Amino acid sequence: MKHLEISQVSMEFETPTGPFSALKDVDLTISEGEFVSLIGHSGCGKSTVLNIVAGLYQATGGGVILDGKEVNEPGPDRAVVFQNHSLLPWLTAYENVELAVKQVFSGKKSKSEIKDWIKHNLELVHMTHAMDKRPSEISGGMKQRVGIARALAMEPKVLLMDEPFGALDALTRAHMQDSLIEIQARLNNTVIMITHDVDEAVLLSDRIVMMTNGPSATVGEVLSIDLPRPRDRVKLAGDKRYNEYRAEVLKFLYERQRKIEPVNTSVKKVKKEDKAA
Amino acid sequence: MNTQVIKLFESMNIPGHTSKFLEWAKDPSKVFKTLGIPLLSIAIFLAVWGGVASQIKTSLGQVPGPTQVWQQSVTLYDEHVEEREKEEKFYQRQEKRNAKKLEQNPDAKVKIRPYTGKPTFFDQIFTSIITVLTGFFIASLIAIPIGIVCGLSTTLYTALNPLIQTFKPVSPLAWLPIVTIIVSAVYISDDPLFEKSFLTSAITVTLCCMWPTIINTTVGVSTIDKDLVNVSRVLRLGWFTNIFKIVLPSSIPMMFAGLRVSLGIGWMVLIAAEMLAQNPGLGKFVWDEFQNGSSNSLARIMVAVIAIGLIGFALDRLMLLFQKYVSWDKSAVIR
Repeated sequence: MKHLEISQVSMEFETPTGPFSALKDVDLTISEGEFVSLIGHSGCGKSTVLNIVAGLYQATGGGVILDGKEVNEPGPDRAVVFQNHSLLPWLTAYENVELAVKQVFSGKKSKSEIKDWIKHNLELVHMTHAMDKRPSEISGGMKQRVGIARALAMEPKVLLMDEPFGALDALTRAHMQDSLIEIQARLNNTVIMITHDVDEAVLLSDRIVMMTNGPSATVGEVLSIDLPRPRDRVKLAGDKRYNEYRAEVLKFLYERQRKIEPVNTSVKKVKKEDKAA
Repeated sequence: MNTQVIKLFESMNIPGHTSKFLEWAKDPSKVFKTLGIPLLSIAIFLAVWGGVASQIKTSLGQVPGPTQVWQQSVTLYDEHVEEREKEEKFYQRQEKRNAKKLEQNPDAKVKIRPYTGKPTFFDQIFTSIITVLTGFFIASLIAIPIGIVCGLSTTLYTALNPLIQTFKPVSPLAWLPIVTIIVSAVYISDDPLFEKSFLTSAITVTLCCMWPTIINTTVGVSTIDKDLVNVSRVLRLGWFTNIFKIVLPSSIPMMFAGLRVSLGIGWMVLIAAEMLAQNPGLGKFVWDEFQNGSSNSLARIMVAVIAIGLIGFALDRLMLLFQKYVSWDKSAVIR
């Protein structure tokens, strides 16, 4: 069943030196309950795709159709988990989730139902113990948990995650991935997640969409991950298929789409500018 | 003994500055750092002032040094007390007279006439503070909303920016004649709630002090974290929810920086406005003393100068306290 259809999406940004084509003809169909990862080198337009699905950007060509309706503005049916949590620093964890819940469910749920729903979602991410704390009082991983709770609480049709664990240390990240696996097993959301991390992509996804390098980036290859769920990172580490999938993605990223960064020249340039300044 | 002092402070557990006292009791050398250094610099300032002042002769005699200014501030206080006593006696006399009248004829109409003595220095301080706060309050009511819409909409910003930039540098002395004439033309009432001079000064303060708040609020609102703006868009927050939950809290530090500059400017402008508008405030006090030209005038004006400075300082502290009260981040260091 076609749940979310990204059809012929192109994106051009106006720059002083003329239009810059970031995306060209991105095609992707996602069915309900599917977990899809977008992977690619930085600057390949992964975030742009996500922002177009979120409605934060308007595609200059093609379009996104969710459940038969075209997406052209942001809305709570496409909740976003931002890379750096984006919690409102002046609200507690509870209030941050509350803001989203009230926006989506006021009039549909009673006051006590809303309260229960907020707590339920904080429970899902194991954050009830710190729900009266402000973002500045909790750790990075905890903030991201609250960010996920806020997104889940909106009961979105699609959950969009923009490198949700990118800013976390490796241990916390692994822990968060396990939590996400657990939540996904319970709720079976449709998820699009952007990641840089090959292990994360293979561990979490049903499909991995590998994007070519920009400009005019597009979908390079799509890899279906046929591993049984629930997945366990320790057991999978020795799994043959898991490692094949991993190798497949790595080959795409570092052989077929190898990004040649002009490291030395850029360093020289910076130095010259320094001298000029 | 020291430990007793520490225990005493700890047991009192008063919020606010107790912690500082506690710090001092534990480490007396800190007293010098936090109190001693400023006191020393003030002492040096007073000494230099006294030395220089004694060298300058004016038409009103020698320029007063710290001692003469201190004497005059005591005199001003005594005059205030005296005037209050006079006022009380005046009302007492009236009451006695009225009581007598009522005794003779219970139907007699009695009236209490208001006391019309000249305002004392402290009355003038009071008038000035009320005037500046009124002007500042009106200015904030206008400036904050304008700043918010300018920060949110580039179109409105482009539309209003030339006007803001043009009116911002206009001196209060240029506004005053216009305000005076308009107030006397528009504000006609048999039973006026405010004095005309009060309105004129307050409006002049408003006109001069709203600009920093507008500009800072605009900058504060337009530099909100882009992620938070996106959160608001994804949630489809309504206009008001967006303003109150996202825009205002995140622009409070910038807004208050503007408000503090505004209040400072307002206080500076007020003195000039009062001089010319003859609003019975500190500005008029200075002007009257200048016109008076007695041998004490210079010293009395200097008392006013110091009072103006100290009140300006206090107003800024007051805004800081208010900012602390309003701000969501109680742990932030506010300077």
